[in-house]
Amino acid sequence: MSLATELEKKQAASRKSEMPGQSALRTRKGLSRTVKYTLLVFFLIIVLMPVYVLIVTSLKPPQDVNPATSWGLPVRWPWEPALEGGPTGFDNWALAWNALSASIGRTFLLAIPAALISSFLGAMNGFVLARWRFRYADIVFTVILFGMFIPYQAIMTPLVQMKTSLGLPSDISTLLIVHVIYGLPICTLIFRNYYAGIPHELMEASRMDGAGMLRTFGSIVLPLSLPGFVVTIIWQFTSAWNDFLFALFLSNQNDGPVSLALNNLAQGAQLANYGSAMAGALLASLPTLIVYIVLGKYFIGGLMSGSVKS
Amino acid sequence: MKKGYKNWGPPLLLVSPTIIVIGIFVYGLIGANVAVSLSNRHSLVPATEFVGLENYFALFAEERFIHSLQNLGVFTVFFIAGTMIFGFLWAWMLDKGVTAEGVFRSVFLFPMAISFVASGVVWRWLLNSAEGDRASGLNRIFENLGLDFLQNAWWNEPGWGMAAIALPAIWQLAGYVMALFLSGFRGIPEELREAARMDGATEWKLYRYVIFPQLSPVALSALIIVGHMSLKVFDLIMAITKSIYQTEVPATYLWVALTSNDYAKSATIATILLLFVAVLIVPYLVYTARAERKQR
Repeated sequence: MSLATELEKKQAASRKSEMPGQSALRTRKGLSRTVKYTLLVFFLIIVLMPVYVLIVTSLKPPQDVNPATSWGLPVRWPWEPALEGGPTGFDNWALAWNALSASIGRTFLLAIPAALISSFLGAMNGFVLARWRFRYADIVFTVILFGMFIPYQAIMTPLVQMKTSLGLPSDISTLLIVHVIYGLPICTLIFRNYYAGIPHELMEASRMDGAGMLRTFGSIVLPLSLPGFVVTIIWQFTSAWNDFLFALFLSNQNDGPVSLALNNLAQGAQLANYGSAMAGALLASLPTLIVYIVLGKYFIGGLMSGSVKS
Repeated sequence: MKKGYKNWGPPLLLVSPTIIVIGIFVYGLIGANVAVSLSNRHSLVPATEFVGLENYFALFAEERFIHSLQNLGVFTVFFIAGTMIFGFLWAWMLDKGVTAEGVFRSVFLFPMAISFVASGVVWRWLLNSAEGDRASGLNRIFENLGLDFLQNAWWNEPGWGMAAIALPAIWQLAGYVMALFLSGFRGIPEELREAARMDGATEWKLYRYVIFPQLSPVALSALIIVGHMSLKVFDLIMAITKSIYQTEVPATYLWVALTSNDYAKSATIATILLLFVAVLIVPYLVYTARAERKQR
């Protein structure tokens, strides 16, 4: 018997002896796969449950709301005729739209400029702090960054006093200034991290050519900045859209953003009128949800940079 | 780095608007806030004297304020534990390769895109405190499943009620922690895992000595971010319960004080909140800045 065949035999034997163990391993793997998918789907359902509640409840006319069937589908769908000419589920939506439409318009006028302005300023800061550095640039950065983490309550009392003494209006324009200012730290952070990834050589080449800082920024750096802008604009748009704190302290329901109007609609709603509150919550969330669905990748990019180190 | 005006002048000029604005609206207003908190400005009448730390002593002597701190403590513990546990669990399950990973990831993360005010609308319904026949929301599910003993008043209870408010907060932010952990998992080089397996490390040892240490910076970031959000919680409580005693935290108490024009009191609460956050954030920022300098 040659050595080779003996070796082969041994291997075959050992392969045989492994067989039962391996199949046990495979069933264990299959089992853990099943457990994993079951758990994941279970969590998926839990996370989506509030969305189901929002949609279903928004379609139920007030007279059909009943605690016992509150988790069920609507007894009468909105397109089915209501009893005795009563309201249908669509009326919830009409009510919500009437209560919110003006404020939704105002919130666009607030969130879009706020996002654009602080993004542009953030890009300049990020460029300087990452790539055209000066002494103490790191200290300046940390000092700016701290502004991102403060509880805004800590500046709210003097800010409200300042607004009163300057006679600033309780509307979108005041909120615009505030969102631009308090958006600067995060935009600076995002762009600083983003520009840190741009090769040194590009910048050096431009310096060699005798281009100044602004030329370098304008002709070399800005054209490369689109991904950074997408991230900051999404971030700023979302936080201005979803803000409630500044809106509550600095504006009023008639001239303020959608968060105030929605809160007013929801707090005014009795149990029987939950439908319109839910319809309103869906309407008010639609713009940020669309942004999330369409540009989800960049949305996550913004989230990640919130953790300081990218 | 080269010295001289030509080198540091222009860049400093470019960031100076931000430095000035942040200087005024962050540091200046914090200073102004502290000044108000040391004065007797308890009404619309301007402050007449400096009262030192009197407002702080008065606040800590108030049962109501202590209760709001306890509420904040309960909320913070449940919120942090919930987001960290679910965030880690989801990331861990998704990291091992899952069909349709993107779908799970997007769904777990989407609540982050919604405002606390909007989610407050639906969670107020889910956490409805009515029980028995009148139960709706989660209590109705328990009723229908025959799990009556699980029915409870949720937030409508001054002791542990805040744990119920943590539920929507966990719902909104667990996905964020998942995204952080997932990027942490993906950042661990495959060679490290392979090397450990070659050395005969068991799965547990692999986690204990390779994966957990590699994930700890991510876990720290997550902890800091969720922790400081927790200390600031305001929108969610206002949306679900308005400002009531059962769910009062310092931030909502501040709102009550400010709307009754007790500026000294609201400023005092604000300073305390700021100190809480600073204790968490300042060491983190310093640590990050140092780590970055070392890398350079």
